[in-house]
Formats: sequence, structure tokens, C-alpha cells
Amino acid sequence: MLKTLFETASPSRRGFLMGATAFAGGLMVGLAPRGAVAQAGGQNPFQGYVAIAPDGVVTIYSAHMDMGQGIYHGIATLLNEELGADWRQIRVEGGSGNPKLFGNLAWGGVMQGTGGSTGTGSSFERYRRAGALARQMLVNAAAAEWKVPAAEIKIENGTLSHGARKAGFGEFAAKAAALPPPADVKLKDASEWRYIGKDRAVLGKFDSRAKSTGRQDYTIDVKLPGLLTAVMIHPPRFGAKVKSFDAAKAKAMKGVVDVVQIPRGIAVVADNMWRALKAREAVSVQWDETGAETRSSSDLMASYRAAAAQPGKAIATDKGDLTKGFASAAKVLEATYEFPYLAHAALEPLNAVARIENGVVEVWGGHQMPDVYQMAAAQVAGVTPDKVKMHVMKTGGGFGRRAVIDADIITEAVGVSKAIGGKPVRVQWTREDDTRGGRYRPAYVHRLKAGLDASGNITAWQNHVVGQSIVAGTPFAAGMVKNGVDATSVEGAQHLPYALPAMKVELTTTDVGVPVLWWRAVGSTHTAYAVEAFLDELAEAAGKDPVEFRLAMLKDSPRHAQVLKLAAEKADWGKPLPAGRFRGVALAESFGTVVAQVVEVSVQGKAPRVHRVVCALDCGIAVNPDNVRAQIEGGIGFGLGAILKSKLTLDKGAIVEGNFDTYEVLRMEDMPQVEVHILPSTNKPSGVGEPGVPPIGPAVANAFYAATKRRIRALPFNRPENA
Amino acid sequence: MIELTLNGKKQAVDAEGDMPVLWALRDVLGLTGTKFGCGQAQCGACTILIDGVPSRSCQTTLADVAGRNVITIEGANGKVAEAVINAWVSLDVPQCGYCQSGQVMATIALLSENKKPSDADIDAALSGNLCRCATYQRIRAAVHEAARALA
Repeated sequence: MLKTLFETASPSRRGFLMGATAFAGGLMVGLAPRGAVAQAGGQNPFQGYVAIAPDGVVTIYSAHMDMGQGIYHGIATLLNEELGADWRQIRVEGGSGNPKLFGNLAWGGVMQGTGGSTGTGSSFERYRRAGALARQMLVNAAAAEWKVPAAEIKIENGTLSHGARKAGFGEFAAKAAALPPPADVKLKDASEWRYIGKDRAVLGKFDSRAKSTGRQDYTIDVKLPGLLTAVMIHPPRFGAKVKSFDAAKAKAMKGVVDVVQIPRGIAVVADNMWRALKAREAVSVQWDETGAETRSSSDLMASYRAAAAQPGKAIATDKGDLTKGFASAAKVLEATYEFPYLAHAALEPLNAVARIENGVVEVWGGHQMPDVYQMAAAQVAGVTPDKVKMHVMKTGGGFGRRAVIDADIITEAVGVSKAIGGKPVRVQWTREDDTRGGRYRPAYVHRLKAGLDASGNITAWQNHVVGQSIVAGTPFAAGMVKNGVDATSVEGAQHLPYALPAMKVELTTTDVGVPVLWWRAVGSTHTAYAVEAFLDELAEAAGKDPVEFRLAMLKDSPRHAQVLKLAAEKADWGKPLPAGRFRGVALAESFGTVVAQVVEVSVQGKAPRVHRVVCALDCGIAVNPDNVRAQIEGGIGFGLGAILKSKLTLDKGAIVEGNFDTYEVLRMEDMPQVEVHILPSTNKPSGVGEPGVPPIGPAVANAFYAATKRRIRALPFNRPENA
Repeated sequence: MIELTLNGKKQAVDAEGDMPVLWALRDVLGLTGTKFGCGQAQCGACTILIDGVPSRSCQTTLADVAGRNVITIEGANGKVAEAVINAWVSLDVPQCGYCQSGQVMATIALLSENKKPSDADIDAALSGNLCRCATYQRIRAAVHEAARALA
């Protein structure tokens, strides 16, 4: 079924087939009702981008899930820039069930999804156009009723007016829906924007209060009559299966409803979480580990290192004459970098709620790929996809973990509900389940080699990446694996902004039974570290300043040069620092956004302490500049915690780390002061959720070297062997 | 049946005494503002005030709070709570928001004891409250802003 979704979806849907319909006594703007919506297989025919109810409430349906990146706020900003509602009238809900309507335009519009920092770019025209159409229809309805020219009607803060006549949106919503929608609408010129590009003083995030008072609901807070809680028992090793289990003791415990086997493990169902957890302790399971991954991290890394020393199995980049480049080098440098598996460790442990009633399946969750999950839920429940309703919840973090092609948690929730007669149930993982549940940032080894001529110019650059493919074996492979190269394994290494006379990037994809996934900034979480830390080694060997060394190679990459210069200037690069403080710099492009960071560190014990990060970026138009700053601050903290402290260790196939005492992440006292400088731009928005992450690691590594003359080539920093 | 004072009102809870307060609040009483993040007092998402002291409700049993005064995010009111929440909103601190109930509760406790906390005081008070979105910089600024508003 999943395959069908990918095959039947049309790859080209750039056009906006906007239309409108009457809905619940008001106006709905989306796709044309008798055209595209009807063709969408009858799924949620009454859904659109925005609905205006008779009471004036404006409900916006977001094509993207909000995991904290602020896309609901961004989409509301875009739509209301054109619509002109009173902000207090606006609600944002997760849309789903209609790929024609909500398909991610950065992915050709084929399916709905949130990822790759594409939400704002995909929404930029779509939601402004929807807002403009709704506005025009309200104006046309008022013009007809008031018998005045439409051009003379004004809209301000949710009020239509002509001279002394005034009316709210609700009054004209139904009347607008009865009129034919205009064929096209004109969007505001950027010079007329009142909200886009404006700061927090103009427009604070509308969900900040709910999120500061405990009133924001997440999947863990879904309340349904008779809702049960299930906790899972997963195999201790990836690939192991249940041989047999004994739940007699557990089933006799207070509040326990059932203990059921589903394909991914055993579920203990109870009337509350505590009783489910206690009963889980009483279940004994025999595992069949025939097909399980049983290697340890040390085995894997040794084999990766050996592979990195051999020619790569696939070639991602091959330009210029590498042999000649190395032959003409006065100096050749080599370095190997090692990266561990990483968990996303979102603070809301993975969960989903499912209910099957009268043949209709409902699933509540952080649906990062709702169409895929709808198919998966239908398959598990044995119904057709049109009988599945996906409720997209805001989530307590995500970082990529909720975009899983096998729909792990969704199949668990639907599977458990089905096994207990369709009763509503929340499958709730514990922290340990979440850490050990798989779908990690893959472990990698990078081997880099470069030549420098007598003047300190790079003559040849070689990078061999060794590690697992994220998309191999999934429907994404068709678009994302070319000539044996998974783009996500080498992004950030395959194409560099620097002018290099000869460059070869190789990839060896490994076969390991540990499930892997995209993790905030994906390939660039490791490629940027290796590239930018190695460049620092080369700059030193060339006897050049790290900023000047890079700028000299950025003559054909003016955006990158500008961003790097801005960061250097704002950080007072080259000027003296107080005793004991040292600087480091890194530059990385990811998801269309160019980011440079200059950090200041001191050394405490054997570890770096990061005091200040000056970050410059070019992300196109910053729709909500303060949210851009927030995402960059957060991306820096997220990346910093990972490079300083985070790692997962396999012990004969089992993950050692469980809770935050062993899987360490950034804490308050580790957070540097971050300054974000956004380059003004008139280009379409590019990503901001992820691009803050990649440069922080190498910038800190380079500053740490400046302080200690020690290169950290195996992450995280706090590994015993780095001490 | 265990009795306590919850958010200023007498409350009887019909649940076993070894149940963590976190699950009693969430699953028995329907107060879901207090969040589950780790279950081992490692993340602070479940922070509540017990007789004014910030406590991890995931590692505190219902029996432990019998007869005591428990405040959750739902009952966070008064001058200090208002100043803290207003600072959080004015600086747009939350990203995903999941940890913020715990951050707000821990900050209310801090500012109730320490009218003008230094950065080091904030580190010490909030080190146990993880934020995976890393909103720490804004949390720190918001604590200072709330302290200023209360001064």
C-alpha cells in the first residue's frame, strides 16, 4: 500500500489549484471542491487550508507537524499577512489525510510530511495565497451586500469596513462561500508586509502562554473515554523476535486489562501507566535471537576504520585530477574522524493513541509523515486508508524521530487497539524504551586526506565516508540513492562551497542490524564536523588564519563568503581575547541555509567550556526572525550537547545507555551565550530548524585545539580516550 | 484513599500508595500539565512543589505526599508565578514546550527563595531540568526578567 502511495502521487504539483467551498456554515479555502478535493480519493473532503466559521474563528490547517520548530506560528503569520484577521481569532490545527492539499512542495508535493527543514519554504506561497483568496472572497461578499466597489473595502484586524459600515468575518463567511472564488489573487508586495519579517514585539508566538502554563496538549495528554495505557516489551537486541512469553502473573495484577503480542513485541495494557509498568516487570519473555545484531560498538568501529582505509564502494564526487593534485603537494595531511550512534531523545518519549470504532481507525500522534502512517494504520487494522483518521498532535520535541517509514509507534498503537477489540489505548514508551528503541543517527567513520602546495593552497581533497544508509530499503531510496550513494550519508561532504582543484568523495555503505534514521541536520551532523575540523588542520599546516584560509577558497561562493565574514566581524575575529579564552570557526550549508559560527571556549579540566557563540546565517526571507533566532539557539545547544556528551554504545548488540544519567545531553550550565545575525534577503525562505546544528561541533573542536593543541577526532568529547 | 492538599484544595486520591505522584496526577486526577520525561528524576519535566520545595513527582510516591501541600503547574498562581509565566511569554521561551511546566515550577521555587539569583544560582537551581530544544538561554533571561519584575 505504501508503494502505491509513492507511485500514484503526481510528482509535479507546483500550481495552486485554490478554490473554496461552504463549510459548517462558513467559508473554507483549499483546493477547488468539485475538482481536486473530490479526486483525492474522498479523504477528508471538507478540509482546506483555512476555515472561517460564522462566529469569526479562523482555523488554519497546517500541512506540517509542530515539534517545537514553530511552524504553526510561521504558517499563521503567512496566512494572516494576507487575510488580516484579528490574531485572537486564529487557531492552528494539524491537517492530514489529503496529500493533494498538504503534500510537501519541497518533495514535489507527493506526500505530506515535515522534515528537511522545508516547512516554511513549502508553505511560503501556499498559505499566503490561501489567506489572500479568503480575504478577497470576504471582500467580494461584503461588496455585493453593501453595493459598493470591492476595491473600496478595507480589512483590518478581522473587521471589514467601508466608510462607517463595519462587519466581522463571521458575518460574511457563508455569503462568501456562496460566491464563485476569483480565478487568481494578487499577493502583497514585500514592502507591504506587516507581520512577515517582523520581530517579537509585533507578533509574539501565540502558543507561548499555553506552553508556559501546562495547557498545551501533546500525544501523552490525549484524553478519551475509557482510554487505556500500554507499555511495550521490545526485543533486547535489534532483530530478535518473541519465542514465547508468560503473562499469567501480570494478567492477575490490579488494573491490568490484557497482555498481547504484536509484531514488534509484547504490550502490557492497563488502566493507567503505573499499573502497566508494574505488570511489565511480571512478564517473562523468551527471545529468538537467531536474526539479531550481536556486534558491539568496538567491533563495528574497527570494521569501519578498516573499510575507510580501503577504496570506497561508491563514488559521490570525482572532479579534477586527484593523482596529480597529491603529486604536486608539498604536504599531505590525513585524519580519521569517528562518530557514534545518537538517540534523538526528545523529551516526550515516543507514543501514539489509537482507537477502532465502527470500522473507523483514529490515530493521535506526532505524525511527521501522516500519509505514510495512514497507510500503515490501515494495513495493521485491515481497513482501507479512507477509514483511517490521523490526528496530528504537537509533540514534545522530535528531531526527526517521528518520521519513520515503518511507522513503528503507529503500528504498535493500532496493533494493540486491534488486539483488545478496538478499545482506545495509548502506547507510551519509557525513557529507556525510547533510548533503546532504535532509529538512531548512524555511526560513521570519515577518512580525510588533502594535499597542500608550497604556498599553502589545497591541491587535492579526498573524503571517504563509512556508515549505514538511512534510506536504503525504504521507498525513499528511489529518489535519494543514486549510483549506490545515499545522499543523506554524504550531504555536507559531497559538494563543498570551497574551490578545490581536485576532489573525491567516496562512500562505503555498511550493513548493520541497528535501525537508523534522520537526526536533526542528518548527514551534516557528521560531515560538517569532519570537513570543517580537517580544514582547520590544513589552515594550520598552511600557516594561515582559518577565516582567511576559507575566504580565499570562497571566491565563487559569495553567499558563504558573506556569511563567514559577518560571523567573523561580529565575533571580533582576530582581536585579542581575555587570557584563557580561545576562538574557533566553522561554516556549513544545510537545507539551503548557510551558517557560520565563531565560538569562544576556555578549558575546564580536560573539557571545553563554551562561553559564547556568534552565529551568522543566510536563510532567505526570515518569516519570523525571532523564531529563526530561537531555532538557531536551540540547534546550537542540541548540537553542542551531542558533540560534548552524547553516545550510544552497543554491547553485543544491546544498547547500554538507558536514561539521561548515561545518555547525557546538554544542561543549563553548558549553554553558551548565543548571538544570531540574520543576513537580510529577498530570496524564498530556506531551512532554519536544522542548519544551526552542523557548525557548532567543528567550531568547538577548532577552538579546543587553539586552547590545547589537541584534535578531537572521535566523538563525543567526553570519551575516556579523549581525556 | 490518600489525602493531600492539591493546588490549595483538599484532595482525596483513590490509588495505591506506591504510585508515583506523577501518574496519580496524570492518570487518576487528569492533571496533565505535569509531564513525564524520564521516570528517574533525571530530567525535571515532572517538577512540582511539595510544601514549596521543588520535587520530582516521578520519584515521589503518593504515600510520601499524604497530608502535604502539593502545587502543580495548574495551581501555579500568585505574584511569583505570574511574573515567571509573563517573562516566559514575553521572551517566547518555549519551543516544543514539553519541559516548560517543570522549568516554570523550578523557577517559581527559586525566586521564592532567592529574589535576585545570579547565573550560577540559576545553573544550580535548573541544572536538573533538561530542555532538549535547548531554550536554556531564554530560560536564563526569563528568570532574570521575572526577578526584575518582582523587585
